[in-house]
Amino acid sequence: MTQKNQYKLNVNGQTVEVTAEPRELLIYTLREQLNITGPHIGCETSHCGACTVTIDGKSVKSCTMFVAQAEGKEITTIEGLGSPDALHPLQEAFKEHHGLQCGYCTPGMITRASKLLEEIPNPTEEEIRFGMAGNICRCTGYQNIVKSIKAAAAEINAAKEAAQ
Amino acid sequence: MKDEAVTREDRVASLKGMGCSRKRVEDARFTQGKGNYVDDIKLDGMLFGDFVRSPYAHAKITNIDTSAAMEVPGVLAVLTAADLAPLGLHWMPTLAGDKQMVLADGKVLFQGQEVAFVVAEDRYAAADGIEAVEVEYEELPVIVDPFEALQSDVILRPDTVGEDGSPSDGAHGPRKHHNHIFTWECGDKDPTEQVIANAEVVAEESMYYHRTHPCPLETCGCVASMDKVNGKLTLWGTFQAPHAIRTVVSLISGIEEHNIRVISPDIGGGFGNKVGAYPGYVCSVVASIVTGKPVKWIEDRMDNLMTTAFARDYWMKGRISATKDGKITGLHCHVTADHGGFDACADPTKFPAGFMNICTGSYDIPTAFLEVDGVYTNKAPGGVSYRCSFRVTEAVYFIERMIEVLAIELDMDASELRKINFIKKEQFPYKAALGWEYDSGDYHTAWDKAMNAVDYDGLRAEQKQRIEDFKAGKTRKLLGIGLTHFTEIVGAGPVKNCDILGLGMFDSCEIRIHPTGSAIARLGTISQGQGHATTFAQILASEIGLPADSITIEEGDTDTAPYGLGTYGSRSTPVAGAATAMAGRKIRAKAQMIAAYLLEVHDDDVEFDVDRFVVKGAPEKFKTMKEIAFAAYNQAIPGIEPGLEAVSYYDPPNMTYPFGAYVCVMEIDVDTGVTDIRQFYALDDCGTRINPMIIEGQIHGGLTEALAVALGQEIAYDDMGNVKTGTLMDFFLPTAWEVPNYETDHTVTPSPHHPIGAKGVGESPHVGGVPCFSNAVHDAFRAFGLRQTNMPHDHWRIWRTANELGLHD
Ligand code: FES
Ligand code: FES
Repeated sequence: MTQKNQYKLNVNGQTVEVTAEPRELLIYTLREQLNITGPHIGCETSHCGACTVTIDGKSVKSCTMFVAQAEGKEITTIEGLGSPDALHPLQEAFKEHHGLQCGYCTPGMITRASKLLEEIPNPTEEEIRFGMAGNICRCTGYQNIVKSIKAAAAEINAAKEAAQ
Repeated sequence: MKDEAVTREDRVASLKGMGCSRKRVEDARFTQGKGNYVDDIKLDGMLFGDFVRSPYAHAKITNIDTSAAMEVPGVLAVLTAADLAPLGLHWMPTLAGDKQMVLADGKVLFQGQEVAFVVAEDRYAAADGIEAVEVEYEELPVIVDPFEALQSDVILRPDTVGEDGSPSDGAHGPRKHHNHIFTWECGDKDPTEQVIANAEVVAEESMYYHRTHPCPLETCGCVASMDKVNGKLTLWGTFQAPHAIRTVVSLISGIEEHNIRVISPDIGGGFGNKVGAYPGYVCSVVASIVTGKPVKWIEDRMDNLMTTAFARDYWMKGRISATKDGKITGLHCHVTADHGGFDACADPTKFPAGFMNICTGSYDIPTAFLEVDGVYTNKAPGGVSYRCSFRVTEAVYFIERMIEVLAIELDMDASELRKINFIKKEQFPYKAALGWEYDSGDYHTAWDKAMNAVDYDGLRAEQKQRIEDFKAGKTRKLLGIGLTHFTEIVGAGPVKNCDILGLGMFDSCEIRIHPTGSAIARLGTISQGQGHATTFAQILASEIGLPADSITIEEGDTDTAPYGLGTYGSRSTPVAGAATAMAGRKIRAKAQMIAAYLLEVHDDDVEFDVDRFVVKGAPEKFKTMKEIAFAAYNQAIPGIEPGLEAVSYYDPPNMTYPFGAYVCVMEIDVDTGVTDIRQFYALDDCGTRINPMIIEGQIHGGLTEALAVALGQEIAYDDMGNVKTGTLMDFFLPTAWEVPNYETDHTVTPSPHHPIGAKGVGESPHVGGVPCFSNAVHDAFRAFGLRQTNMPHDHWRIWRTANELGLHD
């Protein structure tokens, strides 16, 4: 065991303080200290994307990062994307288009997709497949995930247009 | 109640019953990150256990020193075989009638084997503790080849030899050698030999169906909590068969079964990985008893790939005979099955090679013989059914390759050869040469539909042109047309011939209708992504006339759910789905009596209509199921008990036999070995369709797992028994980038013996997909003389094939 330190993070809009060994991976801090269990663990080696969160505006696999590296950063997890009364368009679209089965990849998938749609608001199928290639799903074969993301993009764009 | 404005169609639609693409009720929690998987469980004072694992594939253990580990801050206990032996828990029974070490008992038999269990305050402390355990090994000769194992003097399992040094009997009869586990024979040996000896044409081929792994995104794990005050053990875990786990835990621990509660929370995919019992479960239970605290054990990905439940590893040798014009006369199959260090397959007791004897496939083959030899090697145990019913993928791969090889031998089109030999519609129920009775099928119709859909003749013409262009140097890409017609056997199964550890493979459903006309139903199965909470409610909605949205489905808690054998082998719909329909019919029978009483007519004078009982000939007189439910709880009806509940335990009379016709069109770059799936057409016939959206999703997913297995995924070992594919870096899981879009289609041939005619679908695309992708690769090179090359067809292997065929010259 190494010395424990205090770290200040901003998670889903709230500032939290945690005490942890610097070697602790961010995914464990989120899941075990903060009870944010939406992000999952599928590999711990940055391959599967189940642990994907957004950090300072970028998609990050939270098993790739120590809690010490997250000091002072803005972190958004699936829990911060929508609420039961106001789901994110991606959450709606995944339900509508059967974009999930066991649900284990889903929080990481949706969190990544939310960034993808900011990077490319109107992506082609190829751009979606390429942009989502860091997130593995063992159940769906991706076809309905792609469909869900396309549908959410259309929804978001329509809402933007209506607002203008 | 007056609702004339509502048509009968409206009433049917509002139930969201069978046949509609009802949206999934599971999705609200999963899309919001509110699933509850085993690693999400957090209990007061919970400890974390993890394994010291063997770096060697075969070694004697001369000493284990845990003293330094016990000094590591946060470490509370270290268990070794010596601690478990007094409890009789250092070995445990496997589902295949063998036994397996829980913790290394004097030696290790595969790399990654569990040697000691470190229990600590959290996973970091456990990892530190593992580092500090000192184990002394003495290396032994390693055998990773089953053929070598059967020749070798090296005794892998000392418990397989008797006092006199000769091999002792195994669970399935005499052993031929000390590293031999069983021989399983099926069919007519001599007649098959005779038919083949006298045949006009014989095609012979050997193929290796490589070792791979189900690799669900969530690994295996559990939380054990022994409540010493009340004497109750609660065990949460990634269990595909929670009741079976409860019984096994009771049998091996001696804790009475009523004092054990097993709970499968949400499961992040299973695919066969989570059927068996693993050392982690046993050690967590013991550790919780020892420490008096809850203990969690969660595999990491490397543990998962290296130790729990590999699949396949079948060396198959076939001979198929036919007349000159292509009528198949006989089939012979021999399998050498590599089971690793322990035989831990999850097969029904009487079937040590699962349902490999479905290997006559979709064809009317009059004579056949199958022989399987199981062998020990220094590899991880398992042999589970990875997204298939017991060994059905192996069987279907075998026959679909043998058909292609026979087509080459006959110089015949492979589609034509299939059509000549398909079992005809009028032959069902069809008794196959290796014993099974296929329930229903219409293969010719499905096949013709598939061939038309892809314009098969057009594809062959294009391929012909492509070959000419290739030979003329105009292109470096070949075109492969992969064909497969598969017949699965799922829904194990009739208790008379299917059991696991003596537990008959029936399944169950219990329904409680609430007074206000909503309901809860509990089943003996457990969803791992299949959407049971959605589809079983649909079955019930159609059976009992209450909206699916008013029916809660609950599974996975052995304290509340009726006993069942769980979810694998596509058995949920064929068995538990049938139990659900039957329990629903019991509800309906009682509802009929209540309705008749309320309408003041005889029981026989009312009939069920969608969501109500109506008086025959007077449709304006009716009682809705909602009204009947209320009456069941508030009216004193002479001769009828209050309440509206039912339970059904369903023992299926037969298996179900889903089938399908698949076509894969693949472009292959001869110089790089890169494959590109241009088209994949999948026609499935799973009998009655409960939820088309979910069926389609299952097919997409199963095909993707098939693509993985056929084109790259493997558990590979080097000669020292080191696992070469222990991380997702080396173990191929396709991403969105590698996966094509699939075209799905269907025919409907209901199962005649299933109450709603459903056959199960979750595994069909995997079973049919693997040979289809593989046949596409083979077909691309057929014109250049390729007969057989083993999977996985990764880029390098395809490049090598092209090279060996002289296509780079
Ligand atoms: S757990 Fe982080 S990428 Fe797999
Ligand atoms: S839904 Fe199961 S891993 Fe994606």
